[in-house]
Amino acid sequence: MAGPLVPLSAVRASPPRDKLRLAFTVNGEARDLVAESYKTLLEVLREDLGLTGTKHGCELGECGACAVLLDGELVLSCLVAAVECQGRSATTVEGLRDGPRLHPLQDAFADHGAAQCGYCTPGMLLAAKALLERTPEPSRDQIAEALSGQICRCTGYLQIFDAVAAAAQVMRGERAPAPKLPAIAGQRGSHGED
Amino acid sequence: MAKTEGGGERPFQVLGKPLRRVDAIGKVTGETRFADDLAMPGMLHMKLVRSTVPHARIRGVDVTKALACEGVRAVLTGELFPIPFGILPVSQDEHALCPDKVRFVGDPVAAVVATEELIAEEATRLVEVSYEPLATIGSPEEALRVAEPRIQDHGDGGNIHKMVALDFGDVPAALAGADLVVEDCFFYQGNTHLPLEQHATLAYMGTDGRLTIASSTQTPHYLHRAAAKVLGIPASRIRIIAPPQGGGFGGKTDPFNHEIVAAKAALLTGRPVKIALTREEVFYCHRGRHPVLMRMRTGVTRDGRIVGHSVESLLDGGAYGSYGVASTFYTGALETVTYQMARYQFRGCRTFTNKPPCGPKRGHGTPQPRFGLEVQIDKICERLGKDPAQWRIDNAVPADSLTANWLKIRTIGLVPCVEAVVEASGWKSRFRKLGRGRGLGIAASSYLCGAGLPIYWNEMPHTGVQLLLDRSGGVTAFCGASEVGQGSDNVLAVCVAEVLGIDILDVKVVTGDTSLGPVDLGSYSSRVTLMMGNAAVEAAQRARDRLAEAAAARLDIAVERVGFGGGRVFDVGDPDRGMAFADAVQLAEAAGGTVGTVGSYRPPRAPGRFKGAGVGPSPSYSYSAAVVEVEVDEATGAVRVVKVWIAHDIGRALNPVLVRGQMEGSVYMGLGEALMEEQAFRRLPPRLSRALVHQTPSMLEYKSLASRDMPEIESILIERPEPNGPFGAKEVGQGPLLPIPPAVANAVYDAVRVRVDEVPITPDKVLAALRATSRRFGPDTFPAVPWPEPLIVPPPWEGGDGNATNEPRRRDRSERRTDGRDGRDPRDPPPRSPRAEEIVKP
Amino acid sequence: MMRLPRFRYLAPTEVAEAAAALADLGPEAMVLAGGTDLFPNMKRRQQTPGTVIGLRGIAALHARSIEPSGDPSGSARGLTLGALTRLSVIEHDRAIADAWPALAVAASLVATPPLRNMGTIGGNLCLDTRCSYYDQSHEWRASIGYCMKKEGEVCWVAPGSRRCWAVSSSDTAPVLCALGAEVTLASAAGERRIPASELFADDGIAHLTRRPDEILTAVHVPAPAAGERSAYVKLRRRGSFDFPVLGVAVRARLGTGGVIESARIFVGGTGSRPLEARAAAEQLTGRVLDDDTIRETAGLIAHIAKPMQNTDFTLSWRKSVAAAYAARALRALIPGGAASPVPEVS
Repeated sequence: MAGPLVPLSAVRASPPRDKLRLAFTVNGEARDLVAESYKTLLEVLREDLGLTGTKHGCELGECGACAVLLDGELVLSCLVAAVECQGRSATTVEGLRDGPRLHPLQDAFADHGAAQCGYCTPGMLLAAKALLERTPEPSRDQIAEALSGQICRCTGYLQIFDAVAAAAQVMRGERAPAPKLPAIAGQRGSHGED
Repeated sequence: MAKTEGGGERPFQVLGKPLRRVDAIGKVTGETRFADDLAMPGMLHMKLVRSTVPHARIRGVDVTKALACEGVRAVLTGELFPIPFGILPVSQDEHALCPDKVRFVGDPVAAVVATEELIAEEATRLVEVSYEPLATIGSPEEALRVAEPRIQDHGDGGNIHKMVALDFGDVPAALAGADLVVEDCFFYQGNTHLPLEQHATLAYMGTDGRLTIASSTQTPHYLHRAAAKVLGIPASRIRIIAPPQGGGFGGKTDPFNHEIVAAKAALLTGRPVKIALTREEVFYCHRGRHPVLMRMRTGVTRDGRIVGHSVESLLDGGAYGSYGVASTFYTGALETVTYQMARYQFRGCRTFTNKPPCGPKRGHGTPQPRFGLEVQIDKICERLGKDPAQWRIDNAVPADSLTANWLKIRTIGLVPCVEAVVEASGWKSRFRKLGRGRGLGIAASSYLCGAGLPIYWNEMPHTGVQLLLDRSGGVTAFCGASEVGQGSDNVLAVCVAEVLGIDILDVKVVTGDTSLGPVDLGSYSSRVTLMMGNAAVEAAQRARDRLAEAAAARLDIAVERVGFGGGRVFDVGDPDRGMAFADAVQLAEAAGGTVGTVGSYRPPRAPGRFKGAGVGPSPSYSYSAAVVEVEVDEATGAVRVVKVWIAHDIGRALNPVLVRGQMEGSVYMGLGEALMEEQAFRRLPPRLSRALVHQTPSMLEYKSLASRDMPEIESILIERPEPNGPFGAKEVGQGPLLPIPPAVANAVYDAVRVRVDEVPITPDKVLAALRATSRRFGPDTFPAVPWPEPLIVPPPWEGGDGNATNEPRRRDRSERRTDGRDGRDPRDPPPRSPRAEEIVKP
Repeated sequence: MMRLPRFRYLAPTEVAEAAAALADLGPEAMVLAGGTDLFPNMKRRQQTPGTVIGLRGIAALHARSIEPSGDPSGSARGLTLGALTRLSVIEHDRAIADAWPALAVAASLVATPPLRNMGTIGGNLCLDTRCSYYDQSHEWRASIGYCMKKEGEVCWVAPGSRRCWAVSSSDTAPVLCALGAEVTLASAAGERRIPASELFADDGIAHLTRRPDEILTAVHVPAPAAGERSAYVKLRRRGSFDFPVLGVAVRARLGTGGVIESARIFVGGTGSRPLEARAAAEQLTGRVLDDDTIRETAGLIAHIAKPMQNTDFTLSWRKSVAAAYAARALRALIPGGAASPVPEVS
């Protein structure tokens, strides 16, 4: 099998500064674009498609902010070469809602205080979506594990866990639970006002 | 229930309800536009050339090769920025690009502007900088020892930036008479904010002729001032936009070099210029928690009363001033506001080192001494055989009193906080009873609800809110406040909506834009809820008055009988008689013209008059207490936090969902600091290299807790309305962090009876303590510092009046004005000696 | 934003095509599997291939066959994983978890869920060695004058050293070594199959015996013998994200009465290759897993772990606790014995 390099049918030879022609599906819509060939999926989404809902906090796979679904799997868009997205299908936070209706996860994140600064939120939402698609009734531990690739510096995670559990309930057809609130001393027993 | 002007009580309508925050939809749909989400046609990208040496003179910068790159549009260097800046007027020591000297690895030297960010990045590697190396100062001890070369040419001599010495009573005498004196050294490692959003700036010349800088900043007003100064442009022609930020925690409160350079680049190229920092560069912006070495001495009576307390702190400030002077004072200022102390002595010293500058991180300067104090109290209680929870209850500062260092305490929820976590955690039946390897620890704390003074001296309000009521019934609230993620936009909407009796979504908030709203000093020192909230209430009440007058005329009732609620304006005596809120706005507009009102807020004057009394005063102090339960593996020293109980004196919760988020987020960050977060540096063997580099400038290796590392948290609120707060509210964004590190340390002691007097409490330190005969890990010594002559300020109960007895009698700054005008705020009470009831001698 | 440098991308659909391209282009080309190691390295300019050969279009590399039971002597039995089998697939495969629990556990402990959805078994085996002086941006490395692994002369971990001490940080490598797995390497010259333990060399730079023109195409794990058990314990700071600072992989065959008939033990995260703890394995043989055996064996395992100060945690602590964590791996072998595979130390 030794021999000279023959022209390969699938070779996409891009000399430096050449552009990449990329046709793929984003949030259910066919997109066809030309971008710099070194770009990652993250960069194409944000810079070439204007889908800035996908965030970035390190671009090295160390924070999880850029997570999207690619062919239904949770991946980090900062480590996916755009050239490898040819013909594939990506879902970003912009693709979560169903027309005017928010996804139950989006409602739950809004109601349970799961989005504080909101910067990790898109990645968290997609990680949670990936979880609920295979595990409709997740335990607390399964939720924590499913979100363990997304750093949040604001919430301490617990309200995010609550929101995912609440969304799962809604998606199972149950009533949306009310957000869990701090106890107020004096309203829960012996701690009176003064 | 709230008192209405009519004298009756009515339930709050939106306040205290777990409503979805007004900016929630943007955040969960990804539509919120953070700074780096902004783009403009023709936009250029900028990258900075940063110093690769820790300390050097710049001999030359050759930009020829970089300029020659295809796609490069400009290369900027330090001579374009001769005017220095800095957050504090006393330390204007930063340049947008270093003109002559670099002071740490990461200091910016040049900037490349190109059509693509990658082209700019590649071209930065073609900028040739030649350096003349200078000796590297790597630690505060070294800074004390080595006076030359100086990193900065200002400060208190050599490489000492700032020294403070304050004596509130004769502490050595008090200690000499104490039944027990405990002395400890503590070390609190530096750590950084690590907001998930990396700083980004987009600068452009607006079509309105204004240089516009949209940037991740918690303090648009201070950036406004710095940009005007450095760029030499009238501030009226500069507009700062602070888009919502992806977290700040104090890391975006300084004006930054990259913001000013981007603005200059936009001016030079005539095109929009964007810079988006990498994570590593964010570590170089830093301004995070100072590493602080402390020595504390506390003298107590047999029954546990503190007769004297002394704090010495040594801060590693990094290469620039930043907030450092304030940080230095803060390592001592709030030591007195939790427990009664008859006398207090503070010595603080900040040094310059060749590292990224430290500054304010959540709790600014106070978590370090709080750690020391709370751990030392635990040790004292152990020695005296006292329950440390009960001790905190017994020794709490009383309400409406003055502290030894002249801070005015108004409401204080410390005791109920301690009682709440004691009860919830089952403290009384579990403390010291959990058996080997498992333990409970308690700590309490306090924090400001806004600093009493602005960063630069002025007599204007600290914040303003402007309301526009339009005929539709919609209300627009304008304020310069910066939404960091904490929910300040929601506070604004809630305060306005509550006063006017409308839905929060009927309030459109316009914030974070110096051209579109009154100044708010920024999202720092936990000031926004209290200060902006008060301004919002004032503006809304003025609007309410106008509407009430018009509605009263229409309804033919006395104005006192006009009520607001449910989107209606009505007769409180006959609620069916009334009108829609929009109709009331229209009546008011018809009667008196466009309905617009303003409100503003300035904190009350503090009683301290001595030099340094400006750091520490606040309109109110929040209080927190925490119990932490840990498991410690004696074979490895590994510490696992099982559960945290946190109680917080909130005054009034404006939105309990958001309050919970701030409490749990504070606990989370406190646990990170307690267990693993470290802004650590690496020095290579000096015989081989001068390098001094950040050890872990990445999300992966700067360890912060991920989802699986979080313990369960039980949050409890203490609601006792604070008269100085809007609807009684206090802060919650920073306070609940403070008790966490010491509570963890105290819990580790309960579990395995070793003391780790150092943060973070990593397994190697626990193991070392377990193997040490002293059963302790921590610093043993405090270096000699050439302390200046202390200011002698007698505590209120020793006949003082708030002045130092050994400095020229200081009068109100406003009275020292050279223009002769009395600038005293008429709302302030005249300077006075404390009332008898405030003097509660411990 | 950290960006990839410019590169040429090839998308072969056959192993032969890829191998031919690699042979033709030489060291300036690198193969790309999941991208979770190569792309961060490229963004930090630690690795700067002019050409990236994307393997994902090669269907054969995604194949896998699982025959966990049957005649252990039959060479066709066992597990064959195409090199592009994703770690999350291994983690969630019931049959793998039943027959080779250490492999499933190791895969489940790599990094984070999205990274396991991207990262492959081949990529995890070929993971570049790691070092706190090396896994840094170009500018950071310029600040220390670079190191011998890339662009420099000195090993800053041990400045007197003539070799590089970067650390093998794969979770699956020690496990596959302990399980007696083999790997197939393909080049333009043909294929060869070698024991996984021989894939690695004790040098931070030349850490693989795979030649630059070879592609790791498959991993073969023999079917477990009767009574065979395996375990993997990973020491890391947090419950996700972190590379191992110690990984202990143990496979043992337990006979009647729990007597250990044979064992193999490999340690990861402490040297430039997975280190085999032969003395410890010999010590185990013929004994039952009582407290004494575990303590003595763990001591021998810890003895071969020779960490350097170039990962998370202090060197002295890592040395101090190696035996304690090794003991956990041994205890996990005890039938019915429950041991947490992930002793996070936060």
